[in-house]
Amino acid sequence: MAAVTGVDVATRASSGRAPSAGGPAGRASTTARRVALGVVGLVFAVPIAAMVAFSLRSADGSGHDLNHWLAIVDPENERAYRNLVEGVTNSLVLAVVAALLVLALLVPAMVLVHLRYPRLARPLELVCLVPITVPAIVLVVGLAPVYSVVTRIAGSGAWTLALAYGITVLPYAYRAVQSDLAGTDLRTLTEAARTLGAGWAHIAVSVVVPTLRRGLLAAAFITVAVVLGEFTIASLLNRVTLQTALVQVSRSDPYAAVIFALLALGFAFVLLVVIGRVGTRGPGSSPAVSAGAPPPAGAAAPAAPAAFAAPAPPAPPARKARS
Amino acid sequence: MTATLTAPIDVDRRGGAAVEFRSVVKDFSGHRALDGVSLSLRPGELVAVLGPSGCGKTTALRGLAGLESVTSGSITIDGDDVVGVPTHRRDVGMVFQAYSLFTHLTVLQNVEFGLRMRRVGRTERTSRARSMLELVGLGDLGERYAHQLSGGQQQRVALARALVTRPRVLLLDEPLSALDAKVRVHLRDEIRRIQRELAITTMFVTHDQEEALAVADRVAVMKAGSIEQIGTPEELYREPSSAFVAEFVGTSNRVRAEVVDGRVRLPGCREIEAVGSPADGAVWAWVRPEDVVFTDDPHAIAGIVETVSFRGAVSRTTVRTDPGTVLTLDHRPEVGRPIGAEVLVSFVPAAVAVTPV
Repeated sequence: MAAVTGVDVATRASSGRAPSAGGPAGRASTTARRVALGVVGLVFAVPIAAMVAFSLRSADGSGHDLNHWLAIVDPENERAYRNLVEGVTNSLVLAVVAALLVLALLVPAMVLVHLRYPRLARPLELVCLVPITVPAIVLVVGLAPVYSVVTRIAGSGAWTLALAYGITVLPYAYRAVQSDLAGTDLRTLTEAARTLGAGWAHIAVSVVVPTLRRGLLAAAFITVAVVLGEFTIASLLNRVTLQTALVQVSRSDPYAAVIFALLALGFAFVLLVVIGRVGTRGPGSSPAVSAGAPPPAGAAAPAAPAAFAAPAPPAPPARKARS
Repeated sequence: MTATLTAPIDVDRRGGAAVEFRSVVKDFSGHRALDGVSLSLRPGELVAVLGPSGCGKTTALRGLAGLESVTSGSITIDGDDVVGVPTHRRDVGMVFQAYSLFTHLTVLQNVEFGLRMRRVGRTERTSRARSMLELVGLGDLGERYAHQLSGGQQQRVALARALVTRPRVLLLDEPLSALDAKVRVHLRDEIRRIQRELAITTMFVTHDQEEALAVADRVAVMKAGSIEQIGTPEELYREPSSAFVAEFVGTSNRVRAEVVDGRVRLPGCREIEAVGSPADGAVWAWVRPEDVVFTDDPHAIAGIVETVSFRGAVSRTTVRTDPGTVLTLDHRPEVGRPIGAEVLVSFVPAAVAVTPV
């Protein structure tokens, strides 16, 4: 077997850095970028810093200490925060169930439409984006009779809210997966796998899921973020979640509400960082793709932090939970 | 017939299979993409399917791969009717026009993919994949990912991946069209070398007539869902059976002529032998640019040089003649004439293909 002396064997440079970055234009754009980042950073940082300062305020108002933070983990306060713990637990369960629902129902439908029924792409997009146009309060009015049936069949466990949340996160999850689908020639990849001897089940596991890895992770994380921040539906359907529990506890202990809001905010931040990391550092991710990776995260990024940032200090926490 | 294909695929097989399309029809909601295509590929043969966009060549290839169903007709591989057999059971290898490497796998893992599907053991799998990468000249790039390769390298990997399972038929769907000119020429020669070395039956779809003529044992020219002509590259070039083939394959001058007693009378030229046995009467004669020359013969056709383009070994000149037609000449650059010069041209083919007017 003779080796090829290829004219195209040389590897491409993969720098991707713009040549003008160091020039005057580059310096100007760098400065402008820093200013913009600084201003935007202040918008986010000031209320968060205020929340931190509020949570550290001593009981007599004379200084700052960690007493309110330590009180959260104090066994003596277990009863006071029991509702909050239940809310956190329910929200986490809801987040997982909603994410699984989205991945199990939405993603196969999107892939099927993409590969076999492209004419249905527009209707599917419309259906998936509709929930973003319906106010949560209107959604609840429609869901209330549905949930009376759901309660009879499946009980009134908090997890049943995942059915409603599966609808509310559709727009975000759809955009996250769709951006990956649009940037990948999935049809050719699946056809290549078929000619290589792979059946559809194997293609789904070995080709589709790894290829759409970033979109699927982004959809799952965004689902988690949105579910953890949702208040209106849970409140009106009388379910205990993180947000409803925060409102309740804030009436007696505003410090605890702010601390939990900060923790939730931190959790959302970590989620978004993970989306970015996993999306850009996975095996086979090209520099070019990495640069464009944030679309899934970026598409829903405003929604997720907003969901947690709502309980802004030091105003009465009861009015801060976002609907 | 079909049942035989569901048996485990023989990964040790070498050489190719006979392929036959019989009266294959494919309809797409009101549009007939294949209109009774009949085509045979002999074992180990490379047949290029050539035609303009929308002529049905890719549909025919995808029909053989099982990626498109056919409306009627039969497609056989070594006598087995594969219509209705799922793609993954057809034992074909395919290289696509678009880059189709799995981006989450390394080059080596990509090449191993087909062997994994066939449950080949890890040691043998890796050994074969590495051998195939050596064959395509990428033996040292096994650990890279697709985005770390150039377009030409990606198509080499795709070729290695398609060949490593030793398929019965290799299908190439315009695999070079996304590459730049130099890489394209180099890779097409490599494809031909490897195809000959493995003696694998190959169907090569392209719209580039130069590519088809350069690599194929035979070329099938398609037009509007049908095979217009099939033959060796020389036959197609010298003996086009229709005006479409004459115009599509290479460059031709269409000249009004007359057939008398089996010989062609061209204007300003002696009588020339006709290809085939045309009936007497008015015809279109198809004369290649290299068979048109500048001359001093006063009985030749007079004209004025319109354009001159230097092409390295030859120059191409177009001459507007008195009757108003434009003739194209390929000649050595040193015998060229400047633009605007009055010239005399004549035809010097040994034989000329003609089609009815």
